[in-house]
Amino acid sequence: MRMGRRIASTLKRTAIHALPTVLGIIVLDFLFLQLMPGDAADVMATEAGSATAETVAALRHQFGIDQPVLTQLANFLSHLARLDLGYSPRFNASVGNLIMARLPNTLLLMVSALTLALVLGIVVGSVMAAWQGKWPDRALSVVVLLFYSMPGFWVGLMAVVLFSVKLGWLPSDGNETIGANLSGFALVSDRLTHLILPALALASFFIAVYARLTRAAMLEVQRQDFMRTARAKGLHPLLIQLRHALRNALVPVTTVAGMNLGNLLGGAVVVETLFGWPGMGRLTLDAVLGRDYSVLLGVLLLSSFVVIVVNVLIDLLHAWLDPRIGATE
Amino acid sequence: MSVQAEQPIVVTGAAAPGRAIPRRRRRLRAFLRNPTFVAGALILTALVLLALTAGLLFPADPQDMVGTPLLWPGQDAEFPLGTDSLGRDVLARLVYGTRASLLVGVAAAAIGLAIGMVVGAFAGFLGGRVDAALMRLVELFQTTPTFILVIVIVSITEPTIPTIAMAIGLASWPTVARLVRAQFRSLRETDFVMAARSLGYSPLRIIVQEILPNALPPVIVAASVMIANAILTEAGLSFLNMRDPNVISWGGMIGDGRDQLRTAWFLTALPGAAIAMAVLSLNLVGDGLNEILNPRTEP
Repeated sequence: MRMGRRIASTLKRTAIHALPTVLGIIVLDFLFLQLMPGDAADVMATEAGSATAETVAALRHQFGIDQPVLTQLANFLSHLARLDLGYSPRFNASVGNLIMARLPNTLLLMVSALTLALVLGIVVGSVMAAWQGKWPDRALSVVVLLFYSMPGFWVGLMAVVLFSVKLGWLPSDGNETIGANLSGFALVSDRLTHLILPALALASFFIAVYARLTRAAMLEVQRQDFMRTARAKGLHPLLIQLRHALRNALVPVTTVAGMNLGNLLGGAVVVETLFGWPGMGRLTLDAVLGRDYSVLLGVLLLSSFVVIVVNVLIDLLHAWLDPRIGATE
Repeated sequence: MSVQAEQPIVVTGAAAPGRAIPRRRRRLRAFLRNPTFVAGALILTALVLLALTAGLLFPADPQDMVGTPLLWPGQDAEFPLGTDSLGRDVLARLVYGTRASLLVGVAAAAIGLAIGMVVGAFAGFLGGRVDAALMRLVELFQTTPTFILVIVIVSITEPTIPTIAMAIGLASWPTVARLVRAQFRSLRETDFVMAARSLGYSPLRIIVQEILPNALPPVIVAASVMIANAILTEAGLSFLNMRDPNVISWGGMIGDGRDQLRTAWFLTALPGAAIAMAVLSLNLVGDGLNEILNPRTEP
């Protein structure tokens, strides 16, 4: 019952808070993209090779990008109110469909990478904190610091050299074997082998971030009074660490994970390009290069939306992890 | 607070006790006694020296073809780290690449720090509506993926070193703003700020002369991390071919070497290792600074 009320109040607070943010993002992004030199008509005319000024003007008129900026903004907003993200002249498809076709792939990649990063990071961080100052801590610190310093896409490339080129264990391109027509278990395992390397490349930096954070948070928690009480009660040390220390240490770690989500999406641009993963990141890059503002706006909007939604979920998670949070309304 | 509070000086030989050593020298000792900081600073100094003397060490144009293409490291003593697919000296290109990475890193961090400090200082010091409005702006920037923002800014302009640095700086200021704001919020209620207020100092003078110096330690730590992140972002950008074609950059070398990943993977491995080393040195410096400036973080 209390949980239900808390969820309701968190959702209400976020809705009131997030709505102006979303509106601000739309308007800012829209005006911002107007600064870009050249438009879709220019790029298409250049690619066609032989375009007269009249054709380009006709294209502009057809895309609706010959109108004043504010009219375009009003058009965009009124379409958006009907959940219509507009039409992409470059891909010749509706932006909503374009993004929805790519979104599941990107979400799969991001969720896998985030899970990998959180699980590995928390385990490594806890181990480091438990053996603070001793050799496991020192050895792992070096490894973590290295992962903290290596560009993720380079980790991916080196993994390709090892696992694809030298060992031949894992594929290095795409998200499935093309034309294999697999089904059932074979399909799942095919997808999974394609997922491992990109997820690793995307996660590598964040594994290090969460390991460092978990270590610091775990050490910080040890000094709290409730830890002394738990020890005095004679609880098993492992139980103390898991139920009392880790539970509290998870609050800062998940907060940062929520803040990092945008960076993870950004990293997906490079990783998807590198592994030929058909996701939103590559769509973004194509949209930038093709000056396709409607797609770019849609992507920016959707990624902000994903970030906001996940942060609401993290707020709720915090309320569960630490009942003191959100109790004072 | 003195650094001595946590680490009592071990008096060696006939040296005077800790109290007698001038404050600045004690600070210096604290820096030199921190192995993390010293290791990072040494690597960083070496990289800066390489960047400065690249023209003396390798007077020939590193963009010129000088040898047989695709020589492996160690195959020819003249090219210790081999040659790329166009027969260019990999070692010379790595050394020249130091310039672009460090330049972009430092410039981007400087821009990000400047914007973030101004926004954070005003938000934290003034509070109220100004604070709420500025924090909204910070939130706007933080919900947008940084890297996509950088890509968009770079494509608004031509990709050159200054525009890339500008783009990364513009996208990275919100973290600093939050940090500085938190510092200002806690410091503005302290006694010495109250004293400054009662003396009739102008708000600007209080911000710049009284609060800012005390708010700096965490900002300095953040600065080294920001340079590191800027170098990583630049590497990603130039890997995606968003770079000045006339400037050698490590990320660009990885992008070029990727085509030979199956046959000559060292072309990808070496520049990546260079990036990792530069970023590592900055992270070591940051960790060391953190231990020296906030001694309470480690129990």
